[in-house]
Amino acid sequence: MIHCVLHDPNDSVAVVVVEGIKAGATLTGLILDEDRTITLESRQDIPIGHKVALKDMAVGDTVIKYGVDIGKVVAPIKKGEHAHVHNIKTKRW
Amino acid sequence: MRQTTFQGYRRENNRVGVRNHVIVLPVDDISNAAAEAVANNIKGTLAIPHPYGRLQFGADLELHFRTLIGTGSSPNVAAVVVIGIEEGWAKKVVDGIATTGKPVQGFGIELHGDHETIRRASAAARELVQWASERQRSECALNELWVSCKCGESDTTSGCGSNPTVGDAFDKLYAAGCTLVFGETTELTGGEMIVAGRCRDENVRRDFMRVFDQYQDVIQRHKTTDLSDSQPTKGNIAGGLTTIEEKALGNIQKIGKKCVVDGVLDKAEMPRHPGLWFMDSSSAAAEMVTLCAAAGFVVHFFPTGQGNVIGNPILPVIKICANPRTVRTMGEHIDVDTSGLLQREITMSEAGDKLLDMMSRTANGRLTAAEALGHREFVLTRLYESA
Repeated sequence: MIHCVLHDPNDSVAVVVVEGIKAGATLTGLILDEDRTITLESRQDIPIGHKVALKDMAVGDTVIKYGVDIGKVVAPIKKGEHAHVHNIKTKRW
Repeated sequence: MRQTTFQGYRRENNRVGVRNHVIVLPVDDISNAAAEAVANNIKGTLAIPHPYGRLQFGADLELHFRTLIGTGSSPNVAAVVVIGIEEGWAKKVVDGIATTGKPVQGFGIELHGDHETIRRASAAARELVQWASERQRSECALNELWVSCKCGESDTTSGCGSNPTVGDAFDKLYAAGCTLVFGETTELTGGEMIVAGRCRDENVRRDFMRVFDQYQDVIQRHKTTDLSDSQPTKGNIAGGLTTIEEKALGNIQKIGKKCVVDGVLDKAEMPRHPGLWFMDSSSAAAEMVTLCAAAGFVVHFFPTGQGNVIGNPILPVIKICANPRTVRTMGEHIDVDTSGLLQREITMSEAGDKLLDMMSRTANGRLTAAEALGHREFVLTRLYESA
């Protein structure tokens, strides 16, 4: 089963695509652009549609999805943690 | 592509529609009651009430007329009854619609009152709906189909599932010579350079960046601290979308990998030739879909993540969803389920073909979920305050 998907192999976050992901779960991630999979461990409960961090990120780092800048880190994020509005903000507006 | 033809209604101006509506169109808010009374009297007609049309001026008034005239001119509409508080503006809308060659009659309420107006307009509507009921579908070429797209209540599954499904279908329709449109100007923020890079030439790129920058100015002028909960919306954020950039990059998946942006349209403006057009527009679902219908598009692709339930009075809105939870909890709203994409059960090309199959069935007459559920959101875009 695919638990999360990412677009580009360089993305720093992936999207959880199944319900009920709990902390400690081993996730299989599909890289859409390459049709191959990776695995990682979830450190937190993550709802369907929400993002899991694929690497450790520090405040000020740029978050990459679709291989493109989608915003900046505003609170430290560890690999496997839930990445959303509590630790990422837009660089626009 | 498997489809090469569909069964459509060929109109007097040679445009092809996929529905055969007779609409009762108020020019202004205070004519809604008469329009709805006529539609209640005459079965098979459809009133399209709305809250505007008084004391608008300048570009905002022009947009109001362009949207009403465009709605009446749609090939999905067989005939129109127009009702306004006075005859002058009603005649302006009638004359605009009449250039298509379709039957249209206008009525002013002043000097007659609601009762007499409803009586006269009902008599006209009865003749028009009986005439329309004898129009027949005929075989039409696929490239006569005008298809619009706009997504709503997006989440992260939109960007990896339902939006690229539309993108795959758009790539195939583009190659087939169809007329296509996308829009949502602020919702490209963070991906605008990708769209600019897809423009046909320097002129189109300049037009695109001009309208993009103008809309950014509107945001900057009116925003408070930020656009939190508006863009992305609360629903987007609940669905996992974090920033406008992330939302925009998902949004852009709708224009596929091969389509070229051939031109830029103003709101409710009609395309001048086949290809992919960008329409400068609001990202609010009902506003954008209303503008697409008024620009002459006859089928709409609407990918959703969290489950936007929108429809339109005259434009069939096909919902595509890749979020398995939404498909499970809101299945009655979803026409095409592409959640299999996220489990690698189907390929992107198969998902696009599934949507194109539903497009053909819809064009041939199948009611969309939104039509069956009675969703008829008609929302006029306003540019500024009334005088």
